[in-house]
Amino acid sequence: MLVLRKVDVHYGPIQALHDVSLEIAEGEIVTLIGANGAGKSTTLRLVSGLVRSTSGEVLFENASLAKVAPHDIVARGIGQVPEGRRVFAGLTVLENLEMGAYLVRGRQRVREALEEVFELFPRLRERRTQRAGTLSGGEQQMLAIGRTLMSRPKLLLLDEPSLGLAPTLVQTIFGVIADIQRRGVTILLVEQNAHMALRVADRGYVLETGRIVLADTAANLEASPEVRAAYLGE
Amino acid sequence: MLQQLVNAISLGAVYALIALGYTMVYGVLRLINFAHGEVFMVGAFVGLAALSVFHLPFAAAVLVAMLGAALLGMVIERGAYRPLRNAPRLAALITAIGVSLLLQNIGMLTVGAAPNPYPPAIEPTPIPWLKEHARLVVTEQQLVILAATAAILIGLSLIVSRTKIGKAMRAVSEDRQAAQLMGINTDRVISFTFCLGSAIAGAGGVFYGVYYGTADPLMGFMPGIKAFVAAVLGGIGSIPGAMLGALLMGLVETGVSSVTIPLSSTETLSGSTLRDAVAFTVLILVLLVRPAGLLGRPTREKV
Repeated sequence: MLVLRKVDVHYGPIQALHDVSLEIAEGEIVTLIGANGAGKSTTLRLVSGLVRSTSGEVLFENASLAKVAPHDIVARGIGQVPEGRRVFAGLTVLENLEMGAYLVRGRQRVREALEEVFELFPRLRERRTQRAGTLSGGEQQMLAIGRTLMSRPKLLLLDEPSLGLAPTLVQTIFGVIADIQRRGVTILLVEQNAHMALRVADRGYVLETGRIVLADTAANLEASPEVRAAYLGE
Repeated sequence: MLQQLVNAISLGAVYALIALGYTMVYGVLRLINFAHGEVFMVGAFVGLAALSVFHLPFAAAVLVAMLGAALLGMVIERGAYRPLRNAPRLAALITAIGVSLLLQNIGMLTVGAAPNPYPPAIEPTPIPWLKEHARLVVTEQQLVILAATAAILIGLSLIVSRTKIGKAMRAVSEDRQAAQLMGINTDRVISFTFCLGSAIAGAGGVFYGVYYGTADPLMGFMPGIKAFVAAVLGGIGSIPGAMLGALLMGLVETGVSSVTIPLSSTETLSGSTLRDAVAFTVLILVLLVRPAGLLGRPTREKV
């Protein structure tokens, strides 16, 4: 579904990604783990078209995304939940969700998407008239995920969805991620919480200073001594 | 006193129509569009042409001026600001000043620098009842302008709060990248914002011309700067803030103009000579005391 082939990304003189290749098949959850600054977010920003590669290819459903504008990438079926949630604080919960459905044509289809999101996050239904800025961190994360799901993406990019959340909320969010996969959405998950990420994912890649150093099934990564030492705190 | 209030509201209304464009454009681009006063000027001239050359009725002239100004706003954005989207903000700001000067000079080349008489469109005769019973000079023209301004402000509020493109404007104002990730074509939203803000300023230009009976290519400068102060006072980026700030600026200026300060037994200083100085003092005070403005959103948000 998504293929990155030998991608380099530069921010000015600094190279953020070196020769990164990865693949995601339909229906999978793939996780990218790595330390701060390893290039995880850059990879997601590249797929969404917010940064461009200096060499290599990004293919989605066999078509290059190199010259596709960010909003058209959304139209092709790639949704991203950005790091730090970035909900529209001054807009209500409902308005945030409407923005997520910006490209969805027809009231009926927007309503269906809305019902689905409310089913996934009943809390959002209760808070729908509230400004997003008044929500708690966990609720904002739910809103950020729900907002992106409104466009009914085929591929969902999640950037650090557990960041800064209490342990019980982390459990909830990961439960929802598994739930979203069951609904037929392919997921690329970026996480610092490697433990949780590897438990929910099918496969994983380990990024270190912009390079992929390991690629394997989630179970094998969880068992690998390097990963255990570096990312699982053992 | 009541008379001053009427005058203050009339002045504030014109400032509001200009200030909204500043604040909306700042919202989506974080750019002070210094050419905005000239959009107001061009709107006034388009309205002038519609009224005195094509003899259109007042309402039609206002609509034509709004269309003309909207088109100009769109062209300015496309031609001058869009190529600088990823350039440092200072480059865009300097460009804005350049566009402002360019439009002033194009104006002077085409219509000359001398003031052009502006047809009143609606005769400014005081409404007799108010004059007799309340000793208030309010003209029908003033009332029409105020009603039209109110209608524009309400229309704008509805667009921003209810329509999809209005909500997208707010989303882009808050976080342009997040808006892109929602599939919003931010360039189109920015273009729409320029159109909307410019159209409103264009209407303001016609009202101003009709009210003061004159138009010239430099007429956009002072009201433009005052409206900018009003937008900052209200909180730049905030639409209700711009309306409030403009009303307060109208009150302050009218208030200052109405006082006479005795300097010595023979000399007095009319407050109207201090009007501009007071307006800029307001700007300095706001920037010192409350840079976010009265209704400005605090820059920090809950994470």
